[in-house]
Amino acid sequence: MATSPSFSRPATARGPAVAFEGVGKAYGGTVAIAGVDATISPGTFVAIVGSSGSGKSTLLKTVNRLIEPDHGSVRIDGADVAEQELHQLRRSIGYVFQNIGLFPHMTVAQNIGIGSRLASGKPLPDDRVTALLDLVDLPRGFATRLPEQLSGGQQQRVGVARALAGAPGLMLMDEPFGALDPVTRETLGEQYRALHEQLGLTTIMVTHDMAEALLFADRIWVMASGRIVADATPAQLIAGRCGPEAEALVAVPRLQAERITAMRAAGPAA
Amino acid sequence: MNQDWPRILDLLAQHVQLSFAALGLALVIALPLAIASARSRTVAGVTLGFASLIQTIPALALLALFFPLLLALSAVFGDAISPLGFLPSLLALTLYALLPILRNAVTGLRSVEPAMVEAADGVGMTALQKLWLVEAPLASPTIMAGVRTAAVWTIGAATLSTTVGQPSLGDLIFAGLQTQNWSLVLAGCLAAAGLAISVDLLLGLIESGIRWRKHLRIWLAGIALALGLGAALWPAPQADRPVVTIGAKRFSEQYVLARLIGRRLEAAGYAVRYREGLGSAVVFRALASDEVQVYVDYAGTIWTNEMQRQDPEPRAQMIAEITRWAKAQHGVRLVGPLGFENTYAFAVRPDDARQLGLRSLDDVVRVAPQFVFGTDVEFLERPEWQMVQAAYPLRFKGRRAFEPTFMYRALSLGEADIISAFSSDGRIAANGFVVLDDPKGAIPAYDAILMVSRSAARDARLVEALKPLVGAIPVEKMREANYRVDRDDNKQSPADSAAWLDGALAAPAQGTTR
Repeated sequence: MATSPSFSRPATARGPAVAFEGVGKAYGGTVAIAGVDATISPGTFVAIVGSSGSGKSTLLKTVNRLIEPDHGSVRIDGADVAEQELHQLRRSIGYVFQNIGLFPHMTVAQNIGIGSRLASGKPLPDDRVTALLDLVDLPRGFATRLPEQLSGGQQQRVGVARALAGAPGLMLMDEPFGALDPVTRETLGEQYRALHEQLGLTTIMVTHDMAEALLFADRIWVMASGRIVADATPAQLIAGRCGPEAEALVAVPRLQAERITAMRAAGPAA
Repeated sequence: MNQDWPRILDLLAQHVQLSFAALGLALVIALPLAIASARSRTVAGVTLGFASLIQTIPALALLALFFPLLLALSAVFGDAISPLGFLPSLLALTLYALLPILRNAVTGLRSVEPAMVEAADGVGMTALQKLWLVEAPLASPTIMAGVRTAAVWTIGAATLSTTVGQPSLGDLIFAGLQTQNWSLVLAGCLAAAGLAISVDLLLGLIESGIRWRKHLRIWLAGIALALGLGAALWPAPQADRPVVTIGAKRFSEQYVLARLIGRRLEAAGYAVRYREGLGSAVVFRALASDEVQVYVDYAGTIWTNEMQRQDPEPRAQMIAEITRWAKAQHGVRLVGPLGFENTYAFAVRPDDARQLGLRSLDDVVRVAPQFVFGTDVEFLERPEWQMVQAAYPLRFKGRRAFEPTFMYRALSLGEADIISAFSSDGRIAANGFVVLDDPKGAIPAYDAILMVSRSAARDARLVEALKPLVGAIPVEKMREANYRVDRDDNKQSPADSAAWLDGALAAPAQGTTR
């Protein structure tokens, strides 16, 4: 992906800063997020990890208001998202999620161009579609195909292209590669990280895969029971001393890596 | 049937207009309701519950129920609302078409995957954009399947609109059933089925076009449907002569008399059209509201049903009173009695009459507990039956209602032991049935009377053209004319029989007259 010529954002552009201020959300008696305070500096790639039900997806969705918090506010470059026009806000933020959600009755080009159609009623110009396909490393001929003719990995590349079509500064990714096979997941993750650099994005990615978070993110938030219990760089997390929840999550890939190293040291088995 | 092609095409056109209008109206109502229902369980409960309830009402009853409702409305709003014909048919069929469209549309909209909704929200669609760009296209194959079901139901049920005076392919079916003209029944059924299948196929093409995104299919099927509708709406060549609508109830004598009247009016330079197969209550309303300009009814029917009288009077006095009442209440003019009576005649098989010594209704009281009483579908609900029961304490073993045609068969076959036959029916004599006396005079006189509507009464030329029929038809000739239509072999169409009758009336000196 990163090999393509520069996309529409100027090379010097930086994604916005994001701030959570006392953001809380409960469903009935169940607290999903309990007063989160955190900030993300422009251009940072933040991964949110945590066990199921820790509130990581809920927190992510308060940014583009797919979920409205009960209290607190989310600010993008200082502006409260609650005060912005809902649909304009969402169109200005890239959103990628696990189920991909390509519209099956639209071609790849129509899916990528949906934001333009919503905003101006016009389809995205062909050269822009081509540039976006190049960006996510898909053949240009895919433009006229229907989603069902694509593999899962190819579909999610289209999903990323659709999210990038409006030239957003902020990308929200909710377990974006969770449904893909490990090889595809690794490739896509790496290529997306390169795009993040190239386009100067701010990225918030929810994942249940600690290894993915460690390898691609600048910062990692560990969530438990609706709170951020650790906020650290990958190096700090691996070093330990970030709390028991973080330790439990880091332990798995570390142990796996150690075992694999040990097996390689033992040489090929008889 | 061969000479009836223009009539079948005309009925087909009317059938298409009615079905398409009902289907279109049902779509306009059901689709917004479906959108609301897909969003709210409460709304869905109410709308689907109502539509299901409608579906439990037999289509024939639903059509009939609109008659009193619209009658009440027309009393308030005047002539703009007609309780007969197109409007009640349209409303009943529309209600009938709601359920399949509504149910499929709700199912279709609800089955749109949550991932689609999340994606639509995520890219910043408004509620309307989401509906139009995502939910509607994804639900449309399911919605179209519902529309197809509704189309087939509507086209089938539209045949029943004949009973409320809306011409449709049902005219052929009902007329054929009454006169046992099976080729006519078959023609009506095949035409309706052919129409339903064609429309279903075209809608199926649209459905598959939507499903597989083949726009050509959608366009071709859409154009074919539009052409069909256009052809149906194409105005039939209008006669430059004044058009008179002749009404007829649902039995052979009425079909024959309508054609006889038609022949006389055409000879006088009028163009005529027929509204046949109308119910007893419906046809008089149609005359009163001037939708039908002329038809033949029977004195006793008007006396008991319309005037609510239960006291039999001498026939001359009765006709005089009816004349006064019809003029005063409805502006209807009674041209005069035709000269024969078609009363209820209780008939039994000849061997029963002989062996059990049955000569009058008094004799039947004795054997009634062993007898099954066969009637036409309306007799048991009519005041005449009350009047007969008041005079003779009849307690039958059982009662069975038949279409008139089958009533005579039932008596022959022993399915019934006594029937409420019609005295001018040729099948009584043909089968040798014995008609029982009514010594207590419980049944009023049923002289056939020719009546014209308010507008026709003002047309002196029209009335003059009809006057020669007054007192001109002896019961023997009417029976013979009826039998020509009703008999099993060498059957004639009502039009042919009317032609024979016309000829027989012109030559009164010959033949079987008194």
